[in-house]
Amino acid sequence: MTKKKSLVLSFFSLGFVCLLASCSSVKQYQKNRLNDAEMELSARKAQKFEQSFQLYREGASGANGGKSGGGCGCN
Amino acid sequence: MRKIYLGVLALYLGILSSHAQTTTTTPPAVADSSNYQTRKLKVDEINFVSAFYHQNGNNSAVTGGIGTEKLSDFANTLDVQLSKYNKAGRKNTFLFELGVDHYTSASSDKIDPYSVSSASSQDTRVYPSLNWTQSNDKTGNAFGFTGSYSHEFDYQSFGAGFNLTRVSADKNTQFDFKANVFLDTWKVILPVELRPPGYGSGSHRDDNRPVDSKPRNSFSTAFSLSQVISTRLQGLFIVEPSYQKGLLATDYQRVYFNGDFATGAGPNGDVYNERIESLPGSRYKLPIGVRFNYFLDDHFIIRTFYRYYMDNWGIRANTAEVEVPVKLTSFVSLSPFYRYTDQHGTRYFAPYGQHSVTEKYYTSDYDLSTFHSNFVGLNVRLAPPNGVFGWQHLNMLEFRLGHYVRSTGLNSNIATVNLKFK
Repeated sequence: MTKKKSLVLSFFSLGFVCLLASCSSVKQYQKNRLNDAEMELSARKAQKFEQSFQLYREGASGANGGKSGGGCGCN
Repeated sequence: MRKIYLGVLALYLGILSSHAQTTTTTPPAVADSSNYQTRKLKVDEINFVSAFYHQNGNNSAVTGGIGTEKLSDFANTLDVQLSKYNKAGRKNTFLFELGVDHYTSASSDKIDPYSVSSASSQDTRVYPSLNWTQSNDKTGNAFGFTGSYSHEFDYQSFGAGFNLTRVSADKNTQFDFKANVFLDTWKVILPVELRPPGYGSGSHRDDNRPVDSKPRNSFSTAFSLSQVISTRLQGLFIVEPSYQKGLLATDYQRVYFNGDFATGAGPNGDVYNERIESLPGSRYKLPIGVRFNYFLDDHFIIRTFYRYYMDNWGIRANTAEVEVPVKLTSFVSLSPFYRYTDQHGTRYFAPYGQHSVTEKYYTSDYDLSTFHSNFVGLNVRLAPPNGVFGWQHLNMLEFRLGHYVRSTGLNSNIATVNLKFK
């Protein structure tokens, strides 16, 4: 692994660990805002085909809930 | 003092009246039904997603990095989610999805430019899948399996997957793991002028001569960790390494070289300074992404996404996306969104006529080149409690428009509608 890759991975890991450490314990009854439909931590179903065309038109893909294989997409 | 007496009397009468509605006799014993779950198979939700996509550009890979990229795609999926509790109280969820896409492509039509309209000018892709997941409602833990299939006239794919979910005791942390395998077979269709003698076109409508088939297999895993950070903020971290092996080049895509030499002869005796695209037979990909959603107030939510991508072909990319749902009412929201991608292209890419014949791998596919892109649009969401347009079963309607511009000149528009029935 190159130095740059290691740096990027370290940055992501460190950032997320810091966030976890700063988390406060949220009770179930305090989650009314987090349970809002717009707060879902996944891409919308309506984004499905956007992600497909972005997968075909860009070399980069993955980590966004889009497909990572199966079917050609070579048109 | 009188006020105090009257106050105590009023309080006493109030307590009495609150008991007036209750019966003093012991009610007959009945089974506790609070945890009862029906064991019948029931429909949880049905989603129908339909999209129309249209693109235009002038860097088609089929014609070596020049020529029209005009393409239209009409894509539809219908998914049905059913669930049933077993005797042990575990929930079994079945998600069946059927997708049908139909596309017309001006560049694919150039595989055989001598025909009026070749078989590749349009195609229909059909892709069913079925997922079964068993979950524990109390703990939130779950596991499941998926089987999938995809068929196009020159491409077939069989897929299998496994998914696992673990939730912390306080339900604030969730770990998800997914593993997928796709075993694909690709009919090798070549540009008409580069076909060896006796090699078919791939179309069984008017040509029964044989064509080769080659495998393309994909193996992917996804590790994600989602965390509630505060009563307004939650985040997700995801790593999705994958590996592909087999025919990864698209053999009907041409590459034109900078030298003056001949590799084949066309039907009219023309000499071509060209070959079919050549790319390595394996590819490792490593995307790393984070999402943060923040509930600003009762009217604004901020949804963000960032991804860093790298692979062993030399592609590096940064993608950032922000969407701000604006709640007009509790049931209607407008969400403008913006996505930016900056991609450093593969080392195997060069434009039309710029590759050297000494290179082992070469492509003029601009999807793999260096570029930046902007994608902007609007999402409209309606989810009234009495159903959309007063139809109780139509739980949610989403309409989404997007416009995409790439620095290579490619631009596209997409319109999507999502209907959710419950």
